Amino acid sequence: MIELTIDGTKVRAAPGTTVLEAAREMGIVIPTLCYYPGLSSYGECRVCLVEMVKGRGRSSLEASCALPVEQGQVILTSSAKVKKARRVVVELLLASCPSSKTLQCMASNMGINQVRFKIKPRECILCGRCVRYCKEQMRSGGIGFTGRGTARRVTTAFGHTPEECRNCGGCQWICPVCERACTADSLVNGLCGGCQNLAHVETCEICTGCSESVGAHGHTVY
Amino acid sequence: MQKLRSIAELERLRSRILRRRNGTKKYVSVCGGTGCHAYKCQDVASALEGEIRRQDMGSRVELKVTGCHGFCERGPLVVIYPEETFYQRVSPADAVEIVSRTVGKGEVIERLLYVDPQKNRVARSEAEVPFYRKQQRIVFGKNGLIDPTNIEDYIAMGGYTALPKALFEMDPEGIIEEIKESGLRGRGGAGFPTYQKWQTCRSAPSRDGVRYVICNADEGDPGAYMDRSLLEGNPHAILEGMIIGARAIDAHDGYVYVRMEYPLAVKNLGVALDQARQYGLLGQNILGSGFDFDIKISRGGGAFICGESTALMASLEGHIGEPRQKHIHTALKGLYGRPTNLNNVETWANVPVIISRGAKWYSKIGTEGSKGTKIFSLVGKVHNTGLVEVPMGITLREMVYDIGGGMRNGKKLKAIQTGGPSGGCIPESLIDLPVDFDELTKAGSMMGSGGMIVMDEGTCMVDMARYFTKFLTEESCGKCVPCREGLDRMLDMLTDITEGRGSEGDLDLLEELGGVIKEASLCGLGGTAPNPLLSTIRYFRDEYEAHVVHKHCPAGVCKALITYSVDEAKCTGCRVCARECPEGAISGEKKKLHVIDPAKCIKCGLCRDLCKFDAILVSWERWEYD
Ligand SMILES: Cc1cc2nc3c(=O)[nH]c(=O)nc-3n(C[C@H](O)[C@H](O)[C@H](O)COP(=O)(O)O)c2cc1C
Ligand code: SF4
Ligand code: SF4
Ligand code: FES
Repeated sequence: MIELTIDGTKVRAAPGTTVLEAAREMGIVIPTLCYYPGLSSYGECRVCLVEMVKGRGRSSLEASCALPVEQGQVILTSSAKVKKARRVVVELLLASCPSSKTLQCMASNMGINQVRFKIKPRECILCGRCVRYCKEQMRSGGIGFTGRGTARRVTTAFGHTPEECRNCGGCQWICPVCERACTADSLVNGLCGGCQNLAHVETCEICTGCSESVGAHGHTVY
Repeated sequence: MQKLRSIAELERLRSRILRRRNGTKKYVSVCGGTGCHAYKCQDVASALEGEIRRQDMGSRVELKVTGCHGFCERGPLVVIYPEETFYQRVSPADAVEIVSRTVGKGEVIERLLYVDPQKNRVARSEAEVPFYRKQQRIVFGKNGLIDPTNIEDYIAMGGYTALPKALFEMDPEGIIEEIKESGLRGRGGAGFPTYQKWQTCRSAPSRDGVRYVICNADEGDPGAYMDRSLLEGNPHAILEGMIIGARAIDAHDGYVYVRMEYPLAVKNLGVALDQARQYGLLGQNILGSGFDFDIKISRGGGAFICGESTALMASLEGHIGEPRQKHIHTALKGLYGRPTNLNNVETWANVPVIISRGAKWYSKIGTEGSKGTKIFSLVGKVHNTGLVEVPMGITLREMVYDIGGGMRNGKKLKAIQTGGPSGGCIPESLIDLPVDFDELTKAGSMMGSGGMIVMDEGTCMVDMARYFTKFLTEESCGKCVPCREGLDRMLDMLTDITEGRGSEGDLDLLEELGGVIKEASLCGLGGTAPNPLLSTIRYFRDEYEAHVVHKHCPAGVCKALITYSVDEAKCTGCRVCARECPEGAISGEKKKLHVIDPAKCIKCGLCRDLCKFDAILVSWERWEYD
């Protein structure tokens, strides 16, 4: 077993576990988007960032979903540095995909009340969940990425439904954008406002506010 | 040619070559580097060849087309050895005289010599040219002396002396120890200690014992061509380095990943590989040592991101060149899941130098934390531009004023951009900064691959940051959010600022965004891309504020923020500007005051260049900070 410290608590984890899994085991809430249990980790969305302390005052931000546990590692999951970076990342995500309820809820829980960047809706956060699901779970590989930079897109070959497709619908089901579309009529500063005021947020039965990521309305189970 | 099967055979060959070439024979070296190619050096070479034949000098002189000499701006370059007479801007018509006078009678042709514009002093040999004087060309120096397509040239110059040493006199641990002692750090950008990578790779478990070494010749930085020049001009140095590295790591397969846009590099490298195989320096049982190693060339698609180690390996495997999380280092699990050691072209070229001359000698060059030399591509507003190899720790002042020969057109130095597109800007006030890995990083820039752009007062720092951010936004692979979306928004904001749409608070937001992109991105592209922005805000904040708050570009570059007008006091009504304005925006009668119609003016600045009376004013000249 590997021993590491997460938020000041010493924990043991099996080799090959990720920091995200180890932290979740402890009940620590770390938001994720591109991560999905059962799929390979991809490291695209960066909302699962944690701070890895390297000593001599140095530390770096790492995507916990792809970070394997290591002996003696010291991890902070909700330091000021982590929170600031996650907020900017979620703002950027919202700026490219304001219609995702998943994202709106996440923003609400982080207390984001304004998207400060230009909004360019693209209806896909390029998290690759669909691509990996198709390839890894359905063993099909009907969809993939094309293009570079902001021109990156998820498509099928030549834009047609490919022969490999089994019409399982998994890609749609697993998509954090399609899965729960935000139904707000209009957005203010890139936010729907609905989540912040009205939306039902799932919390533990008895919320003790154990995690720092408790938002205005309690403790979200991401 | 029979394969060489021992050191003795190699040494016999070396003395045979040297004897055949007897030292007294002259040779004329014509630079065949990329820069000189643009000046048609092939024509000069064939004219010289023709003249040598015509004047029947074949027995006294040999013609050599070599790799890049570095002083590309002055090409085509011709150097006559052993006197090292240095001719620049040579044309085919000069061939007759060069052969009859310089080669035949040992006379110097004055008009082809280089004149130092600052001191008006004539330089007779390469060593007297100020551009070369402060250089220390331990890696790049052979470029001008050897014909890259002839392995015997490299051997005659003492090439392949490090290899037998590494094969027969040192064990792998000893080689790694020597590299450690030398202090060599990677020249590809990050400056990672080379020995450490080799050590990790050597001791990493591999399921079938297979390990790889790769040479990174992707060189995607615009304006950088040091790796290209080394590959084109001295490919055997890189091969020799790779063979030694492979022996240290216990790898038997190597790759050179070279970008598609470098056809000459690929060609010369291919010739070098064939020759090395023929001579038994590559392949099975190298020099009879029992060590097997061979190298393949892999041609990259030319994407900037493919220079990143994990993307490069993905591309080599035939996948999309896209980075992956590097928590498991490629030295442990790289190409095809095997331990893989990737080094930059220049890093590899340093290896034979270290092994043959010794780590002790090598580590005397440079600074405490950065040993040896570095090749820079020095460009911008200095007199002398080109490729220069200098000892680490040289100051920026020496780079600009000694090697670069000072600023052009009497303008003032404003900043120096180092490290390629994702490097940073260093202001004039830090001109005495020593150039090494750590000092540059501390100053908010980086060594990168060795780009160095000298900028004068006519450069707008906001516009400069926008330019590099644009390049990086376009080169981002788009995999991770901070880099893909963050750089895009950063570019939007910078564009807005340069076009007069900046708003209060932009600078703080840009700094916050830049900081997050740097820390949160998946790979080194995003990890360094905010440098141009962050370093210019750090040193030139007032210039940003002038754009944002006062809608004014102090350097007069951002077109949306400047207007041209005519100075009533100076205009003589000569009509030159009115005649030449491409938009017909200037009107006025002869000998009367002229006026510019701002609605028609496209701010090209032609009138300003043409006016002999300095009567065209740009808004910033009338502008004062309140
Ligand atoms: C976006 C990006 C582009 C890069 N391009 C190059 C390149 O063109 N050539 C190169 O040698 N290294 C490049 N690197 C650095 C390599 O990832 C790697 O660190 C280097 O090749 C290691 O060799 P070294 O230790 O000898 O420096 C790049 C890195 C990044 C993040
Ligand atoms: S379509 Fe949905 S699942 Fe697929 S990459 Fe886009 S956001 Fe992710
Ligand atoms: S930092 Fe940029 S280039 Fe690197 S993985 Fe992310 S999007 Fe791609
Ligand atoms: S969940 Fe870890 S990077 Fe997306």
